[in-house]
Amino acid sequence: MKLLYFAWVRERIGLAEEEIDPPAGVATIGELVAWLTQRGEGYAYAFENPKVIRAAIDRKHVRADASIAAAGEIAFFPPMTGG
Amino acid sequence: MTTTIRLQREPFDVGAEAALLSGGRTDIGAVVTFTGLCRADENGEPIAALTLEHYPDMAEAEIARHVEEARARWPLLGVTVIHRYGRIAPGEVIVLVVTASTHREAAFAAASFLMDYLKTRAPFWKQVEKVSGNIWVDPKAADDVAADRWSAPPPRREAAK
Repeated sequence: MKLLYFAWVRERIGLAEEEIDPPAGVATIGELVAWLTQRGEGYAYAFENPKVIRAAIDRKHVRADASIAAAGEIAFFPPMTGG
Repeated sequence: MTTTIRLQREPFDVGAEAALLSGGRTDIGAVVTFTGLCRADENGEPIAALTLEHYPDMAEAEIARHVEEARARWPLLGVTVIHRYGRIAPGEVIVLVVTASTHREAAFAAASFLMDYLKTRAPFWKQVEKVSGNIWVDPKAADDVAADRWSAPPPRREAAK
């Protein structure tokens, strides 16, 4: 699946997007965040406070317990500050 | 209903966009426009500019979804939402919301609703350029409170033709 990162999540990880293939036990957004956190310092820094991280699956807002089984594109970003 | 949603880097003419929405029509009795501008300070510190990052596909879909939601809540005759991204200098327009209806109540409420949602749910992120460096703007609790007031399920109206 494709992952997208925005704003300071992108800066901390050092990537705007990447393709990943998480192991079978990673079934939800929350589990994906936990798995990503172990991939390196930048990821750990980006996700150090998982409560503030927002996620979208296929361009729709989702919560941490959302299943990623059918996801094509998952985005992680900070709280939004548009308008 | 006339709906215009645009995400763009370039500045635009607020007055012309508002006039377009009601031009040539005689059924519209109220047009409300909200214009969001870039200020020259953030938390009391001067800024040189702000840069808006966005998630293009999702931003457009989210705004469209909220325009549909506004249509379901109020008898609207037209909606325009234009949101800029990229570098924006103080004094320049960031966002424009125009709502049109037969009477003012619906136009005011829908414009307010759309702005509250743009602030908290549309995937845009502001970064400001200060002397001390570039800083991502923190979300404001007051914006969440403003958006939450719309979350009680409203009485639905029949979708306008």
